[in-house]
Amino acid sequence: MGWAGKILRVNLTAGTVKSEPLNMEWAQRYLGSRGLGTKYLMEEIDPRVDPLSPDNKLLFATGPLTGTMASTGGRYTVITKGALTGAIACSNSGGFFGNELKNAGWDMIIVEGRAASPVYLHVENQTARLLPADDLWGTSVWHTEEAIKAKHHDPQIRIASIGVAGEKGVKYACVVNDLHRAAGRSGVGTVMGSKNLKAIAVRGTLGVRIKDFDAFFRATEAAKAVLAGNAVTGQGLPAYGTQVLMNVINESGAMPTRNHRDIQFEGAHKISAEAMAEKRPTDGKANLARNGACFGCTIACGRISQIDRTHFSVKDKPQYWGASGGLEYEAAWALGSNTGVDDLEALTYANFICNEQGMDPISFGATVSAAMELFEIGAITTRETGGIELRFGSAEALVKLAELTGKGEGFGAEIGLGSRLLTAKYGHPDLHMGVKGQEFPAYDSRGIQGMGLTYATSNRGACHLRSYTVASEILGIPEKTDPLATDGKAGLVKAFQDATAAFDSAGICIFTSFAWTLQDVAPQVDAACEGDWTVEKMLEVGERIWNLERQFNLAAGLTAKDDTLPKRLLKEAAKTGPATGRVNDLGKMLPEYYALRGWSPDGVPSNETLARLAL
Amino acid sequence: MQRSLNIDPGKCTGCRQCEMACSYENEKVFNPSKSRIRVFTFDAEARFVPYTCTQCAEAWCMRACPVDAIRINLGTGAKEIHNDVCVGCKVCTIACPFGTVNYNADTGKVMKCDLCEGDPACAKACPTAAITYVDANWTGLDKMRMWAAKTDSAMTAN
Repeated sequence: MGWAGKILRVNLTAGTVKSEPLNMEWAQRYLGSRGLGTKYLMEEIDPRVDPLSPDNKLLFATGPLTGTMASTGGRYTVITKGALTGAIACSNSGGFFGNELKNAGWDMIIVEGRAASPVYLHVENQTARLLPADDLWGTSVWHTEEAIKAKHHDPQIRIASIGVAGEKGVKYACVVNDLHRAAGRSGVGTVMGSKNLKAIAVRGTLGVRIKDFDAFFRATEAAKAVLAGNAVTGQGLPAYGTQVLMNVINESGAMPTRNHRDIQFEGAHKISAEAMAEKRPTDGKANLARNGACFGCTIACGRISQIDRTHFSVKDKPQYWGASGGLEYEAAWALGSNTGVDDLEALTYANFICNEQGMDPISFGATVSAAMELFEIGAITTRETGGIELRFGSAEALVKLAELTGKGEGFGAEIGLGSRLLTAKYGHPDLHMGVKGQEFPAYDSRGIQGMGLTYATSNRGACHLRSYTVASEILGIPEKTDPLATDGKAGLVKAFQDATAAFDSAGICIFTSFAWTLQDVAPQVDAACEGDWTVEKMLEVGERIWNLERQFNLAAGLTAKDDTLPKRLLKEAAKTGPATGRVNDLGKMLPEYYALRGWSPDGVPSNETLARLAL
Repeated sequence: MQRSLNIDPGKCTGCRQCEMACSYENEKVFNPSKSRIRVFTFDAEARFVPYTCTQCAEAWCMRACPVDAIRINLGTGAKEIHNDVCVGCKVCTIACPFGTVNYNADTGKVMKCDLCEGDPACAKACPTAAITYVDANWTGLDKMRMWAAKTDSAMTAN
């Protein structure tokens, strides 16, 4: 129980679908979602495979708490070899799709091969069919959702799909579900596009069962009370969303600005949560219409925004006048601070386009900012950009490039390469601000030292959602550490990484960890699932998953040389703020981290470590 | 005293805890498709609206039922389906102007909100108090209070 016990295997090359039992022995060792999906991927593909070849596989995996009353228990993960990175990719999404898949009686869908022409998968409980998607190909996520619901006469279908970005091979294309929730990073949507799979449409009415309802109800009620009583999850996130961080991080001197040339953004207050809540002089409405929740979530951090109809980006486009998914902190930073654009409405529009066409706003914004720097140093000109004056701070350029990149047209096709390939193409690979090909999120590791180690060692490339030491270094959760110190950060990063892998694999949202520890999660998993799910077992599972992901990457050809940061962060000192004069001291943290992990000095898990974790 | 479910869509975040609680209470499974209360999302308008049976005093469903399978619970005022009598003819689903009585193909019976014998699971599960269970005679009290607060007491002070 907790698990549905079934996998849906879909072979696009052969056009077949079949049901298989879930490997319950693996479920005890990898829990679900991120962990269990990675185990299946590791067993079934050669990690050296070209991510866009039919030999790569694409998994949609729920966790044992997905579809239950556990708060935030609605999540699913897309697992594959990443198109952007060539590393393990594992992108997590909320919304309502994950619950629907679980309610249809499936823990996981494994997609193999490549369809000869565009198809979509229609799942109605235990019946699954591949159907032609020729009429959907070339259309947006938003159109695809509407068209599939209309075709099946069923408004209750939940859909995960790619937009035109994923079809056109934009390297950081997302899988988007429920219009504006996304499995966002590493190019999981690009892999889906390479398989000619437009969408997965699911309707589930079978229900989700758990082991012990009384114990589960007690555990989930207690855990919900913890969320409600916590200042971050009970007040900050519902009121301000993740955007509550904009001014905090800027003041901490850790806000990457203009492709990390600067570390504080003078326009932060214009694109912050507070700015989103202010009434506009033009129409008397605020950018933020209200907050919204994903399935089962008692936090409700989601932003639902409306764009000013008189703004240049939408004034002739009524299709963007309604409310839709608004700016999270990461999107506001990548599209805003990092490009030097402080026009809140333009950022919101670019974010809508990212949702509509299915692309990661972090990598898109960061690639635009890298292109802006290339433009400013003269490495590219209006000849390459098709006439776009690509200067930092240009809202017009940002808006135009969002439209072009979403459709893979013009210079947008080059922005779609991601910043690693783009900067290399024009002779300045040092201007790629990322790790393992994946662009940084919204924290500059010169101002928050632990995040440097987090990024360098993240198995899916630069990412804040693998060990969010910002919680400790800036917010003091679970205890305050000095953001400018390196001492103790190796242990902090490892602890966050292992716990996060356990949270992710349960089918819940990592934002609960602002308030919850595994002490809150383990009783919920234990009441839902067979097996003795203690905190210790959860931590061991988390560490096992981390090492399994590492093994995937090593087998894919990555080495310790890839556990590094761009020269800019290691050599160019921060110019303003509390971190003035500092670089990231990765070299002081990385050897200690390898040792704590039980890895060799060149980052390979030792035989003892593998044996201890039964890998 | 009879109580009513009181729904304030302005407080709803669309999380569906109510749907899971309802399905568990009635079916012993987490299954929103078996919930007697449903949340509707109007995305472009940024609105979430929970909707369920209002327990009409002169209930269309009860009047329409040819076999008297829908009866009043005198304690709660709920119109309850008696599954041992219901023949699954679905006339009540047509009669209800609000669509809140629906057929359950798994059981061959209809289903609707029965107020959980006076302790509604949806209201207990709602994290934002968008669903509350209040004095049936005073469902307007919150709105009255809101308007009362806006009155200008100085007008009658002299």
